[in-house]
Amino acid sequence: MTPLLEVEDLWVRFPTRTGLFDAVRGVSFKLGRERLGIVGESGSGKSMTGRSILRLIRPPGQVTAAHIRLDGEDLMQHSEAQMRKVRGQRISMVMQDPKFSLNPVMSVGEQLIEAWRVHKKGSRAEARRRALDMLEAVSIRDPERVMRAHPHELSGGMGQRIMIAMMLIPDPELLIADEPTSALDVSVQAQVLQIMDRLVQDRGMGLIFISHDLNLVADFCDRVLIMYAGRVVETCAADKLHEAKHPYTRGLLNSLPRLDAPQKRLEVLRRDPAWAQAPSVRPS
Amino acid sequence: MTEMTGLRAWLLTDTPQSRGQARLASLYQGWLAFRRNPMAMFGLAILIALLAIGALAPWIAPHDPFYQDLTARLQPLGTPGHPLGTDSLGRDILSRLIYGSRITLYIVTLVALIAPLAGLIVGTVSGYLGGWVDMVLMRITDIFLAFPRLVLALAFVAALGAGIENAVLAIALTAWPPYARIARAETLTLRNADFISAVRLHGAGPIRIITRHIWPLCISSLIVRVTLDMAGIILAAAGLGFLGLGAQPPSPEWGAMISEGRRFILDHWWVATMPGLAIFTVSLAFNLLGDGLRDVLDPKGEK
Amino acid sequence: MSALFFDDVSVWFGEGRDRVDAVRHASFRVGHGESFGLVGESGSGKSTIMRALTGLAPDWSGRMAVNGNPVPRGRHRNRLFYKSVQMVFQDPYASLHPRQSVDQVLSETLHLHGFRDIEPRIVRLLDDVGLGPAFRFRYPHQLSGGQRQRVAIARALAPEPSILLLDEPTSALDVSVQAEILNLLTDLRAEHKLTFLMVSHDLAVVAHMCERIAVMQAGEIVEVMGVDEMRALTPAHSYTRKLLQASLGYTRG
Repeated sequence: MTPLLEVEDLWVRFPTRTGLFDAVRGVSFKLGRERLGIVGESGSGKSMTGRSILRLIRPPGQVTAAHIRLDGEDLMQHSEAQMRKVRGQRISMVMQDPKFSLNPVMSVGEQLIEAWRVHKKGSRAEARRRALDMLEAVSIRDPERVMRAHPHELSGGMGQRIMIAMMLIPDPELLIADEPTSALDVSVQAQVLQIMDRLVQDRGMGLIFISHDLNLVADFCDRVLIMYAGRVVETCAADKLHEAKHPYTRGLLNSLPRLDAPQKRLEVLRRDPAWAQAPSVRPS
Repeated sequence: MTEMTGLRAWLLTDTPQSRGQARLASLYQGWLAFRRNPMAMFGLAILIALLAIGALAPWIAPHDPFYQDLTARLQPLGTPGHPLGTDSLGRDILSRLIYGSRITLYIVTLVALIAPLAGLIVGTVSGYLGGWVDMVLMRITDIFLAFPRLVLALAFVAALGAGIENAVLAIALTAWPPYARIARAETLTLRNADFISAVRLHGAGPIRIITRHIWPLCISSLIVRVTLDMAGIILAAAGLGFLGLGAQPPSPEWGAMISEGRRFILDHWWVATMPGLAIFTVSLAFNLLGDGLRDVLDPKGEK
Repeated sequence: MSALFFDDVSVWFGEGRDRVDAVRHASFRVGHGESFGLVGESGSGKSTIMRALTGLAPDWSGRMAVNGNPVPRGRHRNRLFYKSVQMVFQDPYASLHPRQSVDQVLSETLHLHGFRDIEPRIVRLLDDVGLGPAFRFRYPHQLSGGQRQRVAIARALAPEPSILLLDEPTSALDVSVQAEILNLLTDLRAEHKLTFLMVSHDLAVVAHMCERIAVMQAGEIVEVMGVDEMRALTPAHSYTRKLLQASLGYTRG
């Protein structure tokens, strides 16, 4: 069976004053209908990896890859027009802050209806019905009222759920979520994650979950890639993350304060330049 | 060559060793960014040329700009000795343009000093203090904005008397309100920034916060705006000159020259066209420069 | 006498119909040398208490005192207040003036507090926060997030305060940098005998840094507990239990 997504030898480069800067260096992975976590610190290239799958890196940034196959189709060969069909239709992306992703002067309902009608053919009434279904699918209690609301009237968690609803309208095969819950409170975070979890299972979607939060990824995902300086330094099953071997992953885990175990001082990550030099690990 | 690269490295370092080096380095990096914009460089070149022409006018002008030769009036372009022809009194147009650049520079410099400074003070005070101060200052600004600019300038000149200084004053008086608006808007976004709160927690008073912390962040967008407005200022000065309320004859102010040439525009088009072209070139140069400066200076473009 | 004393403090924004009560009837004290944490979700009013104390949120009622000196109403505080209470802000990208070098920031701060020996003090402050002299003439855009936060801490330490207000000091930073900054704060507290009032949404961070913790919900303090109670997961209030449960991690439902 062909995997849903195959990324082979992905590089993202940006020209700087001192030459080319490699933001992503030779990343390869395969994704089935599962939840793949990509963790790393800021600047590790995790967001760039997610964006380059959708070919959203703007010039002067350059993306090269042996291939990025979605269901066997190489996205690298697609024209910009073909990519526009892939974006949103087959791969959706949820960003960190819903405030910047929703149109502030349109009501939520109008935006959902428009999003549906862009992707599907059908009457306005049907679009409206589907929009209401979608809001219910993301556990919004009073969908009729929320349809009339404008983005500024929504809380962060509500906005993020609506974003997810909007992204799910075209029934994408793959959802890329870039820090979707970092701006949310812990209790709201759990709700949003549950919704994504259920949708992935019910619809058989693939999910790439990009986050800096190791514990969250360990709990939420099936598999994890750990990125450092643009490379994948380690890959493991999510529930085995706490047994990770790579000193970087260990360092990150140990630098977290823990509720259950008091420490006098936190362990500080000692960075080894060799980590950035070693080639990317290829997940089995 | 090695010395050059040494200097370059010194300027581009991320670890400056002294205040001076840090300041020079940030200037140099701004210059590098500016240099990447060829149109802005073109604008800058024109303006430097204008400065040079103004400074060297007595040496490069072929004739005395006031010397009249009624036997050689309204000579066309390319007349020997008068490459841009002569006007209705037989004065050499090229020489008059060269000397006129001084007047243009004079007007531009004075207005560029007075108007943004007044706007900056009014806008930042109004934005930072808020409350009734803001109300009063902004209503005054609104009153000035409500008049058409040239009409207001006309009224001022009519009241103060014609002449270059009064024209400058009139233009500056009508030009400051937009700057006050910009400065106020910027101040409102900065007023509650954490770095302003931080200095407040160290006991800094409003005057210090406005002049030391808010001004440096407003000035760049004002510089950009002034440069972009410079074309309008030159045109306003020319307009006043044209209406006979700015520079007085026989002064070779470009607007006044167009005004004089207007009577002959059908038969002797160059008399009005040449100063027109000069105004056009300089205005364009300021616009290009302003665009380039915006890319370099506007803090919103930075990371 | 406590280092910080809050009695029946309410803070609000706006007037009339637009009035929002951000904090309602909050009372607690922080002893000298103690580290006290305020936790809660966004909008619970935890940062607002700090902002009221420092005069950044001027509308409040009740009583507040610093080292026994009552805090006046309004935006202004006296010199003594600014010398004894300083604050570190959440976002190190927003709390440094983008056009001022580290040197300018620190020398102006020292100047404002009337110090004469600015030169040696800058060197010592940079050393205190683990930044070498190499960082002195850099601008914020030449610094990483952690380095910026160190500069912000150096600025807060400049007047030699006894009380440091920490408003989510590490929430904008990577976890490895967070560890460095938290260690730095721990060291500074021991070295300078500082009192901390720390706001955070991260219970593990607060547990690591503080001895006593107040839990806030919708503007009210629902519980004040010791860190051991929190670690043992035996809080009295149901909201605290819910908060602890949520922060222990995501469980598939």
